[in-house]
Amino acid sequence: MTGMTKTPVLDIDRTLLGSRILVCCGSGGVGKTTTAAALALRGAELGRRTVVLTIDPARRLAQSMGLTELDNTPRPVEGLTGGGALDAMMLDMKRTFDQLVVDHAEPGKADAILANPFYQALSSSFAGTQEYMAMEKLSQLVSTGAYDLVVVDTPPTRSALDFLDAPQRLTTFLDGRMVRILLAPAKAGGKVYLRAVTAGLNVFTNVLTRIIGADVLVDLSQFVASLETMFGGFRERAQATYDLLKAPGTAFVVVAAPERDALREAAYFVERLAAERMPLAGLVVNRVHRSAAASLTAERSLAAAEALDERADSPLASAVLRLHADRVALATREARLQERFSRAHPGVPVVEVAAQPGDVHDLAGLRSVGDDLAGGRQAAVPAVPA
Amino acid sequence: MADFPGVRLHVVSGKGGTGKTTVAAALALALAGGGGRVLLLEVEGRQGIAQLFDVPPLPYLEKSVAVAPGGGEVYALAVDPEEALLDYLHMFYKLSPSGIPARTLRRMGAIDFATTIAPGMRDVLLTGKVKESVIRKRRDGRPVYDAVVLDAPPTGRIARFLNISQEVSGLTKVGPIKNQSEGVMAVLRSPQTAVHLVTLLEEMPVQETLDAVDELRSVHLPVGAVFVNAVRTPLLAPADLKAAESGALDTTALAAGLEKAGLDAPESLVAALAGEAADHASRVSLEERGRDALAGLARPTYELPLLPDAVDLGGLYALAQSLQEQGIA
Repeated sequence: MTGMTKTPVLDIDRTLLGSRILVCCGSGGVGKTTTAAALALRGAELGRRTVVLTIDPARRLAQSMGLTELDNTPRPVEGLTGGGALDAMMLDMKRTFDQLVVDHAEPGKADAILANPFYQALSSSFAGTQEYMAMEKLSQLVSTGAYDLVVVDTPPTRSALDFLDAPQRLTTFLDGRMVRILLAPAKAGGKVYLRAVTAGLNVFTNVLTRIIGADVLVDLSQFVASLETMFGGFRERAQATYDLLKAPGTAFVVVAAPERDALREAAYFVERLAAERMPLAGLVVNRVHRSAAASLTAERSLAAAEALDERADSPLASAVLRLHADRVALATREARLQERFSRAHPGVPVVEVAAQPGDVHDLAGLRSVGDDLAGGRQAAVPAVPA
Repeated sequence: MADFPGVRLHVVSGKGGTGKTTVAAALALALAGGGGRVLLLEVEGRQGIAQLFDVPPLPYLEKSVAVAPGGGEVYALAVDPEEALLDYLHMFYKLSPSGIPARTLRRMGAIDFATTIAPGMRDVLLTGKVKESVIRKRRDGRPVYDAVVLDAPPTGRIARFLNISQEVSGLTKVGPIKNQSEGVMAVLRSPQTAVHLVTLLEEMPVQETLDAVDELRSVHLPVGAVFVNAVRTPLLAPADLKAAESGALDTTALAAGLEKAGLDAPESLVAALAGEAADHASRVSLEERGRDALAGLARPTYELPLLPDAVDLGGLYALAQSLQEQGIA
């Protein structure tokens, strides 16, 4: 790529062979889940026992791995070449959370927590729960010892990196004034609601009771009280996961498309990871347009097309020339955007994956994305039948 | 409003990366054309509207961001759940945002707490503000805004976001929150509302659009139009497209044409160009399949052209004009 000579190239095979955990992050609509699956397949075909944890894969991606549906249990993917193995699964946020509660609640308390309406809301839709549970599942997968490589997809939002804040957030939450207020009635046996509070608090609880109703307040305070007993365990686990992510053997891959918004998000991820001292392997730029005839510039191509149109001659050649002009212009624009990224973030290794007209439909398609990720090298020589 | 008479709340959703913010903004401009007063809302704290209109980040204030052709005006607001709660307390409990109770709530971190721990609550506040801006009246009884356009959460979350009474019912069976959510739901399910979906002619966005329509219908939310964004005009003639797709493009004619245009036409160049034509052709046929699938929805469909550069203000006006020409407003 012109002008990008100094940008290092991301060596995917080295990353796949040298990591135990690979985390893919990026904004929505850039092909992140497909990239995660392609990386996992390549890792497996390089000989590693691999599992890929996806967040919300399209049905077609599951099908491309020969699985009708993905769920919370790793399922083996058939049809691999090379000596490794690949399992695929999809995060079930609620089940993972439920299991966490069962593991950490005081004996006999788990059922009450699982039945609490606030727990149900929290476990199925709390912004950030998904990110947190993805990391919980990740550490579970690592601790099984069954895998050499765990590839994780993350939710397609900026908050995908929220798990980095999990230990801190839990602490802030637990020590927050609101939690203490809500714990008060539970600690007083639920009979007297904040009898010994200040005038300011009285105003506050009156308002709260008026707005959300007394029954909700009781549910909420019971929920917070029951959660409190588990917080210690939660906090420890969150810290352990955080440490795991920073440990040698973990690598982050940021995924983007060569578009302004996607690269802006990628820059955010790169900066955030650097601030947390998390190990960044590099940037994958998906859906890059290239031209095999780039020596014919967009301007010359368009001028030639216009010359033909004026004479009403060779409509086929004219159309093909216009097509080529569009494509070269697009490739140039994409290159400029990437260059801007690399100038702001020199030293971040980059690899490009060419745009395909359609989506990936099968293992072969996924494998070819993997080859592209490795700069065109094939991962494994198909076994020769005896 | 030609295609959606009586609709005053236009909710715009779509898969991530399909350009829903752009379409929402273009729709607001189109609806304001000819003298309307339109409010454009965002609820995800991304400040996407400000970036698009090239203005500083929006404060919690309905601010004019653009004048539409024909004298209309587009106002914008980034709805913030915390501010929306204070608004709500002010309106229904006569609590001044600067009064002691509101200040206490803030100081306690109660607002933050309420909007984080119970996400249903957060959505009630956001949609509550949307509803309020739709029904708000002037002194003479006419609505303040002729139309409200909501840049909504993406398709994966849209049905859940709008179907708040379901979200809230698990938390509270009676009381003010329940009443509030039912009031919002009544507006969202009324003929005043249309939920539009933005897609690209690519497999995954089309599939998500089909899924979202099913989901919205199953919770009785009114599905509006489909906006097909970033549409390219096919450059090759139909017969050439067909030939190119099967790798049978007339390369002799292509080479002859290139030479007539004064270009050197070595075999390598001809082959490379034929390859590009083949890519284009398979993309066009993929797009056709997407179009067919979307046609099955039997919803009004608008196509927006692919803009050569990233969308700027000029591009936004061009898209708005295209929507007007297609009869949306």
